[in-house]
Amino acid sequence: MSEALLQVKNLKVYYHVEVGAVKAVDDVSFDLGFGVKMGLVGESGSGKSTMALALMRMIKPPGKIEGGQMVLDGMDLVKLSEEKMRQTRLRKLAMIPQGAMNALNPVMRIDKQLIDGMLDHGVFMSKEERKTRVNQLLEMVDLAPKVAKMYPHELSGGMQQRVTVAQSISMEPDVIIADEPTSALDVVIQRQVMDTINRLQEKLGLSIILIGHDMGLMAQTVGSLAVMYAGRMMEIGETRAMFRDPLHPYTQLLIESLPVLENKGVFSGIPGITPSLLNPPEGCVFHTRCPKAWDLCRDKIPAFSEVDPGRWVACHLHTA
Amino acid sequence: MQRGQGFKGFLNYIRRNPAFGGGLVLLLILLLFSTVAGFFVPKEGAYPLAVKSKQPPSEEFRFGTDSVGRDLLPTMIYGTRMTLSIGMIAGVIGLSVGTVLGFMTGYFGGLFDTIVKFLVDVLMTIPQFLLLVMIASSVPDPDKMTVWQMGLVLSIVAWVQPTRAIRAQVMSMRERAFVMMSKLSGMSGMEIIIKELMPNLMPYLAISLASAVNGGVLGSLGLQTLGIGNLREPSLGMTIYWLRYYNAFLQGYWWWIVEPVTVIAAIFIAFLLISIGLDEFANPRTRRTV
Amino acid sequence: MSTPLLELRNVTKIFGGKSDYTVALDDMTLVLEEYFPKIIAVVGESGSGKTTTGMLLLGFYGPTMGQALFRGQPINELKGADLFQFRREVQAVFQDPFAVYNPFYKVDNLLSIPIKNFKLARSKAEAHELMVDALERVGLRSEETLGRYPHQLSGGQRQRIAVARALLLKPKFLITDEPVSMVDASLRSTILKSLRALNQEFGVPILYITHDLTTAYHISDYIIILYGGSVMEAGNVDSIIRHPNHPYTKLLVSSIPWPDPDLPWGGSEELIQKSQVAFVPITGCKFAPRCPYKMDICETKVPDLFLPERDRGVACYLFRDNAIMPREELSNVFAV
Repeated sequence: MSEALLQVKNLKVYYHVEVGAVKAVDDVSFDLGFGVKMGLVGESGSGKSTMALALMRMIKPPGKIEGGQMVLDGMDLVKLSEEKMRQTRLRKLAMIPQGAMNALNPVMRIDKQLIDGMLDHGVFMSKEERKTRVNQLLEMVDLAPKVAKMYPHELSGGMQQRVTVAQSISMEPDVIIADEPTSALDVVIQRQVMDTINRLQEKLGLSIILIGHDMGLMAQTVGSLAVMYAGRMMEIGETRAMFRDPLHPYTQLLIESLPVLENKGVFSGIPGITPSLLNPPEGCVFHTRCPKAWDLCRDKIPAFSEVDPGRWVACHLHTA
Repeated sequence: MQRGQGFKGFLNYIRRNPAFGGGLVLLLILLLFSTVAGFFVPKEGAYPLAVKSKQPPSEEFRFGTDSVGRDLLPTMIYGTRMTLSIGMIAGVIGLSVGTVLGFMTGYFGGLFDTIVKFLVDVLMTIPQFLLLVMIASSVPDPDKMTVWQMGLVLSIVAWVQPTRAIRAQVMSMRERAFVMMSKLSGMSGMEIIIKELMPNLMPYLAISLASAVNGGVLGSLGLQTLGIGNLREPSLGMTIYWLRYYNAFLQGYWWWIVEPVTVIAAIFIAFLLISIGLDEFANPRTRRTV
Repeated sequence: MSTPLLELRNVTKIFGGKSDYTVALDDMTLVLEEYFPKIIAVVGESGSGKTTTGMLLLGFYGPTMGQALFRGQPINELKGADLFQFRREVQAVFQDPFAVYNPFYKVDNLLSIPIKNFKLARSKAEAHELMVDALERVGLRSEETLGRYPHQLSGGQRQRIAVARALLLKPKFLITDEPVSMVDASLRSTILKSLRALNQEFGVPILYITHDLTTAYHISDYIIILYGGSVMEAGNVDSIIRHPNHPYTKLLVSSIPWPDPDLPWGGSEELIQKSQVAFVPITGCKFAPRCPYKMDICETKVPDLFLPERDRGVACYLFRDNAIMPREELSNVFAV
């Protein structure tokens, strides 16, 4: 798909430990269009957080990008030199981290933290210009100008998260990776912060990859959804279609287990436990817990294929 | 915090932590030197007028001799033994008292805690060495002070640091969920201290022991170098006192200086390495959560 | 009328010193009966006082004012056999699946120690039977879990063992504080199902403390909405979530992202306050500074509970034309 802004192809990220290689991300592919919001959802051990780090090329040893490509604007991020990658971060590809409290420097005022990234990228601004830009950024995330001179600990959790959002848009990148930006926040604040992020996305026309485990948040926010499990991509599709007619059994079970107003008192989960990433099961990585698995699932890894325009799934039920 | 239980886990840990291993080896060497070597070298040589004086190291006197005719080889062997013994007595008493006080005050708090805290604050503020000098000098017949007497004097201040360290650890631990769970399971306070908290604090206790023994050695050296303590029985501090008294520097008896200094340095380095090694183990960041 | 099992009587809990203090709970009264096979959710955001409520009922905090009682006796004065009975009868499941385990011991300890202390088995074999049975009830196999250390199991397994412990003990009351918030979505249902079973099959009343309205809605019969240490609304969970009365409840419910793309975030614009600094006032209704319907009286006097229906109380002057109930009688809405 050539109109994609970001193309991830067969990405592999392994962590090499004493006893072997933990396959945190194993052969994952997806495309991100221009000006779209895509959700990357998965439970613990799915590989979604590793995916976030990999996209920013921030995987540290013993982790390593084993193979695959991440093509942004014609450049393969995997092959980029560290210097060129540094220039790409924030300018073209920015991240809103989880837990703003840990991402902000506790001894630096907010205005300095907002401007720092830009200065590092060689943007020259006079004192006046800096002040204007800071106020601009604060306004875009619905923070009062007086926040500029405050320290992170003087702000509430929601306000801190807004600051990290402001940092991420400071150079108007093409892609923003939001790694569970609201998981530490209460539901009311979460909504406000997501409102802010949505508005910014529309205004600036950038693309967002929203990473998380909250399907409810995904349903309300993103246009397309990618579901990961045990390091592999299970299904990708338009959000509404995914919720109404999930193709992959994992997606089906996941959606069934979600509490909604109608199914009060009905408790259904997914039996079993997530497999070890050190020794993943043969064949389809979900087959040990899949109610619809059969012999082929045990023997052969299903190919991740496009079964309908924009709808991808890795399941023998649909691709065999 | 504790994975790979048992002896195998211990060896495994040494392999991954060279500081700890190095420190243990060094300490082992010192212990062997001060104990086993003594089987081969009689103690009589460690007293004045035992042998020819002022001899540099040679075939006959491997470690040389001092100004008053002590054979420095047995002096070092038995001296190290004595100094280490004093350190250990002070350290073990200090740690025992510190453990009891640290756990009781850290867990139960209350009036007892207030009193102990006050004592600790006082002892930390006043110059401890001065206090030791005063107490050690007041011992009847300080020139004939035994190892036990010296150890007890030093333990008067040796309990302070362990108490503080353990109390702080216990206070942070008692808020943890597993302690709450233990209470909900019907365990009493003392049971929780002994069965739940203490195993988790083993590394801290070990570190406290290492530093308490180290502190005891340092304290005894300080006192003896000033001439307080038994000046006849061989110890490292006493050796230093005498070499200064007889101006070993000016006389050029380099061996008399180098030997005790080397042994003292070895003791401190050994304990330092052990502490570093244990500290890494105790630090929660080393805990793997898979 | 028999003595209630647990009670908070006009409890106020304040943390901090003279100048920089926080009122975690303000004059809260709650009566929890023994044979009451219902689940009561206590819902609020951080700072609402929900965890404090649990801690007070478990005796881990002491009230600054008022009393926390177990069978009529103040909890912090319990000693000996009475204290032992308290510990036997009131149990908990906490949020963090790792922190409840002593990393030094195998996970079996979590189950075997209470069995031993409370004499639930007459032999080691019987104890083992009890453990295997409880584990099976939460969908775990004893071969895969017993004998392991906490770090060798997943978060979901550890939390399930904690729930198995509650099933094993069959307490007279179970207090759960965010039992599924640190657990994967697919596993939440299993754990909630176990809790529900404990409640329905064995008649154990449960206090379900959480910030997550969706799971609270799913598992509980009644709900108490807390804000700033005070009760905003309480009563039947169905009516409150579907038709919230209190402005704060409306705000909460409208902020829930339902996992249904056709059910967007709701609520009116005026309600979605972008409050930069949420301070909690000392007098009057705690929510007043953020409330679009604020009246003068809201700032001066704390509202009592008004009853637009018999099974729900709203602490809001917007409903002052209804029957009034003093806040001390909060628990009456559960008796319906």
